[in-house]
This record gives sequence, structure tokens and C-alpha cells, in this order.
Amino acid sequence: MTTNWQTPAGMTRRHFMQHLAGSSAAVTASMTMGNAIYANAEELKKNHKSAILLWMGGGPATIDIWDLKPGAATGGPFRPISTSGDLQICEHMPMVAQQMHNLSVVRSMSTREADHNRGRYYMHTGYVPNPNIEHPSYGSVIAHETLEQRPELEIPPFVSIGGASAGPGFLGMSWAPFSVTSNGRIRNLEMKLEDSRLRERMYALEMIETGFAKRTRDVPAYEHAKVLKKTFDLMTSSQMEAFRVEKEPEEVKERYGTDGFGQGCLLARRLVEAGVPFVEVDLGGWDNHNGIHTILKDNKLPQLDRAMSALVEDLEQRELLKDTVVIWMGEFGRTPRINQNAGRDHFARAWSCVVGGGDLKGGLAVGATNSDGTAVDTEPFSSEDLMTTVCKGLGISTEKTFTSKNGRPMKIAGGGKIISELV
Amino acid sequence: MSRFTLIALVAFLPLSSRAADSSHPAQVAMIDQMIEQGWENFEIKPAAVAEDEQWCRRAFLDIIGRIPTGAELDEFLEGSRYDRRRELVERLLHDDRYTEEYAGHWATIWTNILIGRSGGNDRRSMISRDGMQKYLRDSFARNKPYDTIVRELVTATGSTKPGTENFNGAVNFLVDKVNEEKAVLATSSTSRIFLGQQVQCTQCHNHPFNQWKQQMFWEFNSFFRQTRSLRRFVDGTRDIDHAELIDQDFAGEANQADDALIFYELRNGLTKVAYPVFTDGTEIPKSGFVSDVNRRDELARLMLDSEYLDKMVVNRMWSMFLGYGFTKPVDDLGPHNPASHPELLDELGKAFRGSSYDLKQLITWITLSRPYGLSPVLGSANEIDDPSIGEMPKFSRFYLRQMSAEQLYQSMLTATDAASSGSYEQQEQERRRWLSQFVVAFGTDEGDEATTFNGSIPQALMLFNGDLTKKATDTGRGTYIDRLASSGKSPVDRLNYLFMNGLARRPSVNEKKVASALLRSRGGDEKEMLQDMWWAILNSNEFIMQH
Repeated sequence: MTTNWQTPAGMTRRHFMQHLAGSSAAVTASMTMGNAIYANAEELKKNHKSAILLWMGGGPATIDIWDLKPGAATGGPFRPISTSGDLQICEHMPMVAQQMHNLSVVRSMSTREADHNRGRYYMHTGYVPNPNIEHPSYGSVIAHETLEQRPELEIPPFVSIGGASAGPGFLGMSWAPFSVTSNGRIRNLEMKLEDSRLRERMYALEMIETGFAKRTRDVPAYEHAKVLKKTFDLMTSSQMEAFRVEKEPEEVKERYGTDGFGQGCLLARRLVEAGVPFVEVDLGGWDNHNGIHTILKDNKLPQLDRAMSALVEDLEQRELLKDTVVIWMGEFGRTPRINQNAGRDHFARAWSCVVGGGDLKGGLAVGATNSDGTAVDTEPFSSEDLMTTVCKGLGISTEKTFTSKNGRPMKIAGGGKIISELV
Repeated sequence: MSRFTLIALVAFLPLSSRAADSSHPAQVAMIDQMIEQGWENFEIKPAAVAEDEQWCRRAFLDIIGRIPTGAELDEFLEGSRYDRRRELVERLLHDDRYTEEYAGHWATIWTNILIGRSGGNDRRSMISRDGMQKYLRDSFARNKPYDTIVRELVTATGSTKPGTENFNGAVNFLVDKVNEEKAVLATSSTSRIFLGQQVQCTQCHNHPFNQWKQQMFWEFNSFFRQTRSLRRFVDGTRDIDHAELIDQDFAGEANQADDALIFYELRNGLTKVAYPVFTDGTEIPKSGFVSDVNRRDELARLMLDSEYLDKMVVNRMWSMFLGYGFTKPVDDLGPHNPASHPELLDELGKAFRGSSYDLKQLITWITLSRPYGLSPVLGSANEIDDPSIGEMPKFSRFYLRQMSAEQLYQSMLTATDAASSGSYEQQEQERRRWLSQFVVAFGTDEGDEATTFNGSIPQALMLFNGDLTKKATDTGRGTYIDRLASSGKSPVDRLNYLFMNGLARRPSVNEKKVASALLRSRGGDEKEMLQDMWWAILNSNEFIMQH
């Protein structure tokens, strides 16, 4: 055993790789290849579709924001105002109102999941939760479907800002969201080790990694290896500049709002510009069972109005909006009836989502609810339908079928129908 | 199960395992028989028995929350081949030197279950995480019966924070769950965690899938309505110092304490009335006066009579050791969610009740069972046994799973002997700071959260470059690598030791070749080579996985 381990005499440092390559110790060099290719930003923009999901954790009261019912008993105190599109929205969203020619409100969303976890899952995946299978979320699907267009992308194709988003399901951990805080700072990015030594360490690591995967033949062992590869790419990539949101001019930062959500939206724009196909930005705090209208007026809506309007305007000015679908939604809406605590409770039967950009039409109100907002009057739309439409807006074929690990064929977004008014 | 059937069962076991089984409790044979029946039904063959070293690492991680040291591995291997597994379980559960780690590990697990990973971290929270952990540590250290722990958590009154008057750490479970929104969180958490009843949807409407009706939610909820949390501020400020959980007379929503009812609204706006009624329909007196009837005491009594209490805890414990429970999710029981091994779930629950809820006995049964002892290999004879693709688990192999963040932390400290600097409180603060980096909130009122310690890139970055790894691979004087390098054995022995320490196995031929190439690249500096190899080991799937 001792002799086996001894270094062959006369071996030099530069022979490290050759030595291993010539022995049975040779493994695929996927991790150690590095990343010589770096296309310039113009190249990256070409034909690259992206999506930004503004996720409103807690379930926003869309009856107070996008589909007001002035005069109805359920209407609440807010007034509607006109917009640059062909619809009215809440008076506390004046800046977004000026962007509505780019955005459409689907007012006839009608879903069944009014529990936070179930609703979050359903709206993120287009599937109702099923204990036997985990479905991939928007970000994982879109990253998976568009990554081939951009072999030069070294940073994660699915970034989640300020929240947890939803997972990759059966697509595997290498399609999981890369979660960062809104300041774009990434922990533990720097290793401070000379490059050659890092690569040699990676080689040793891959040896252990591959051996274990081969012995157990189990999925988690292989998934781990894929994530390591992505991590290595990211550590050594100059594209990571995209995360440095602090480099933006002060006036831009202020236009978006200096709070977490505002900076998150700005970071999302930088990432899309750098070629990231899917970014989610989270704004929580919409679970307003108590005193809802004060919270909306004084806090949530001004914050949303500033950041969302800045994002859409900025994307349009940079000519990115035609290739970037923007989606605004939460897990469900809130009850038209105002409860005894001046709040609204969970309500999924009739509510609104907002989409625009990419190949989708803006400025429209699609569908309608009844006079007090308690039911949908027109054709109802589901999460499946919305997700299918977003895929259409990104040029992703909705005929595409995934095969889950147990061999079951699964359509993207549960095989929803396209919302025809939007395309 | 009669003695006669047991003997009959043992007769069917292969010769090799019989010797060891003779000293095992009867419940182990019961588990084996029922799991083996499943293999037979599905015509699959189980994986081989795991290597002893691998099994030792597995048991350490699951029972006390960290990998074994090299010395502990040696001690295990010194035992009789036929009995070393039983001896190890015995040692980890009953030897005084492990009491503290055992209690700490299970306190951590249950703290996360009871108050989440972020409970008590927010300034507005009334929870004292220290108080919760102290209560649980003390309980597990004394091996308090599980039913006693449940009763104490459900009925606790007193102060949240250690060192305050009337301190009772058990109150931390409910202290943040009773004041807001009519104790909705207390209702859904208590029924889910201890009875496996998912009722959060039925607050507003009848459940679409399970048997729960909206009426049942508010009846269960009624048990918590005498209970209040009171904030105690730091003198002269609005900062919460601690809180107290108390029971007080409840007048009911119609303001009539001898008939203390509550109202709830149906989706159509109609109002209905509810009184405390347990899930099985048992009613208790309607008075809201604590002196007449203490509603939480009554609730605990009824819970302790419920078979769901038994099933829920054995399902949870099983899933912690085997990676999957008999149901998915583990805390959703009932006819709407069939179990993979319903009979075993049932019998194990009864056996646990029969042991007077002795958690250490339950752990012994599970860890000495045949399925727990299998190797983690997906082979051609058990290819269909893959719960990760939605198949019901058949436990014909040990399913790979990632360590928890807490297990990783403790394991890194152990592997590098880095523990034991500073007081318990300081170490705990450091640990908590490290753990907090992985928690992400979902922005809902229910305090939902997720962890990014899930095998994704941020976790990989942390292990590549984080402080914990830097410390573990440091080569300075007195560090782990330094001591290893100067331990006076041969280079091969030192490499063997490194692998044994991290992965509970010796290096393969290829791994030795890589080590020798690394040594060359480091200009013959063995310490640096060991550092590179140690870094690779700590970052590998084999290290981070429970296997």
C-alpha cells in the first residue's frame, strides 16, 4: 500500500494533469475546464428572452390595486385613476399608471388554492401540490428551456432576489433558484486561492464525488456534482459583475427606490441585461388580515408603485422590454368582504395578475369580475393558463413535454390554454 | 404479537443476521418482518448490508447529530462483529459522555419543529429561543417520556426566558401563537405537529381532501381561548424582555363566561357557534372559568388518548432515521393520505405507547432494524424503490439524503476538534449566527419559511469558501491539519486517517494517486497536500450526505 501511494520520481508540477490523465484516476474534466469563452454584452442580448416575476408574498388584495369596485359595499376607500393603457387602476399607483400601455391586467383569474403554501406552489408551477411528485417552478422551467440559447452564460440562469421562490422539482437541484439578497452581495464568493491550486483541488474533489455517485447510483449524489460544477463556474466568472447593483448611478437607485424591493428590481434589470433568463423579486407583507387599507396606502403601494414603474420604464428605454416578460402576482387575492378587523382574508375565486413585455400585449384589461368582485363574469383563467401564456410570450413551445423521473410525461404549465387576448 | 409468532418469524431470517437478532428487542423483528413483507409483495431484493464503518457514521449522525471521531470509529470496530451495532446504539443513548450531545441534537430538531428556524430571532417575537432549547435539552437529557413532553408543551404556563421568575421554557411553543387572529396558529400547529392533522385550510372552509370540517377547526381552536401571552418590557423601554403565558377566565364572544362560546363565519357570511370539542367528538364542559375547567389541560388529556398521537410521533421518528416517513408529508395523516406501511405504522405506534413513550427505546428499535442497516445502493433488484420520483418508499436500501445544517456544523467541529472554546452560551450564539444565513422567510402572517441549505449553489459556496471550511482546513500551529501532519505515522497512514475521519473509509487507489500528485504540486509539503485533500473531502457529496 505504501509503495502504491508514493509519487513517481521526477514528476513536476506541470505534469500534474498529464499524470492523472494517463492513469486510471482520470475523470471527466468538466469542472476543471474553466470558462474561457466570454461573449460581449451585445452578443448576449441577441434573441435572448427573459422573464422577471414580481412575487407578492402573502396574497395581495387585487381588488384594491388592479380591479377596483368603487361604490360597491366591498369596494374599500380607494378610487380608480386612468392610465396610459385602456384600463383604470388604483389611485395609489400613479407611476405604474403611466406604464400601463406596457402591462395588461388579467382580471378573471380564478383558482382554488387559498392556503399560502399550496397557493405559492400552484402559482409557481401550474400544478396543484401532489405528495408524489414535485413540479418545477416557472424559473426552473424557463431557465431549462432557454439556457441552450446562451452557452456563454456562466452565472445561474434562475436568480431569486430577497425571497425563496419555488424549487426545481423533478428537474433537479442544478435548476434550483440562486437566492441572493437585494443588495446583490453574494456570500462566500471569494476563495483567495491561486487559480492552479483551486483547479487541482477541484480535481481531487471530483474524484471523490464521482466515486461516491458511481457506488450509490442514487440521484442526490449526481445532483451534488452538477451543482459543484455550476458553483465553480460562477466563482471564476467575470459575469458576476451583474450582481454589483451598487455600481449603478445614484439617481437610478433612487428612481427604483432605495428599499429592498426597489434595489431588487434594479438588480433584476442588470441580470436580465447580462443574459439571465429568469429573475424573481420578492415583496412580502401582503397578508393583510387586519387594517389593510392603511397598510396599502402608506406602505405597500407606494413601494410597489415606485419600483415596478421604474423597472418597466427602464426595460422599455433599454429596448429590453420586447424580450422580457414581466409578471406580477401573489399566491391568491383577498376577500371582497372586509372583515371585522378592517382586513381582507384569503380569496382565490376571483382575482387579478399582471403581465406584459416579451410578445405579450400591454394596456388591456382581460376578463372581468362582477360588480362587487366576488365572482368572475367572463371566461376564468388559471395558473396553468397564465404560465402557458407567459411561455408563449417568451417563445417557448407549450407543446413541450417533460418526462418526470418516474417516466410520467408532463406538459409545461400543466397544459394550460393561451390567453388569446394577450398574444 | 404473541411469543409464538415471533419465534416463527425469527426462523425465516437468514442465518447471518440471526445471531445478532437474538439480543434485539422483539419490536425489531416486527419492523423487519413487515418491511420484508413489502419487498416480497413488490418482488424486489434489498441492498446489501451496509459496511460497519458506514453504519457507525450513520448512527452517530442520526442519534447525536454529528459524525464520529477517528477514536470513536476505532472503539466501535473493537466491539464484537456480531454485537457492535447494538453496543454502539446502547452507548450513544445511555453512556453519560453522550448525554449532552444527544439532548442537544434532539432539542435542536424539536426547536425547529415547534417554533421554526427563525422563531425568536425577530425583535417583535415573544419567543425565547434559549428558553425553548433549555426546556427541550433538559427533557431529552432526562429521557422524559414523549407524552409528558407533549402535555407540558400544550398546557404550559409561565415565563419564556431562563432566569426570570416562573420560568417554564415549554411556554415558548405557544407564546407567539395565541394572541393574534384568535389563536389560529396555536390550533393549526398543535394539531399538525402532534396529531398529524392538517387543518390550516379549514379555518375558512371545509377541507377539500381530508375529513376536517370548518366546524372542527373552531371547536379545536376553542381549547386555546383561555390562554393569553403577556409582554414584559425592559424597564423604561418598549423592548420586550420576556413574555408570560397564562390561562385566564374566558367570557366567550357572547360575553357569558359560564357558556363561553365563539363565533366563526362561513364563506357565505353566515355566523356559526363553536364550543371546545375534540377531533373525535368528545365534548368538555362549556364554562370559560378556569376554576371550572382548564381547557388546555382537557385538550392535553384528550390528545394523549388519541391514537394519532402515537402514529404521528413514530412516523416522524421513522422519517428522521430512514429519510422518508410512511406518509408524505409526514405530518399529514388520515384516510385521504394512505401510508406506505399502514400496519407497521399502526403497530409501531402501539408498541411505542406500550413502552410508556420511551424515545430511546423507539430509537433502538429503528436503528437496529434491517432496513436501517442496509447500504445506500440503488441496484437492479430494487430499481423501483425510488421515493424521490414519487414511488411509495419500500425501504429496500438506505436513501441518500443531505445532512441538516446543524449536523454539518457539529460534524465540521468534531472532524477538526474545533469545539469546546468559550462557554456554552458563546458557542450557541456562534452556531446560531452561522445557521441564520440559510433561513428565508416567505412574507406571510403564518411565518412560513424555507432553508437555502438545500444542496444549491449558496450552500456549495459556503462550503467552498466559508469561514467554517477555512477554519477546518487551516494549517497553522495546533490546528487539526498541523497535528495530523506531525502525528509521526507514515504519509499513507495520515491519508488513511484523513479519509476515515471525514468519510469513515480508507482512500481508494485513485484517490491515493491524486494525493500523490497533489503532494508533488505542493513541492513535497505534506501539510499542504493534506489541506487540499481535506478541503476536497469536506466539499464532497460523500461528506455532506447521510449514507
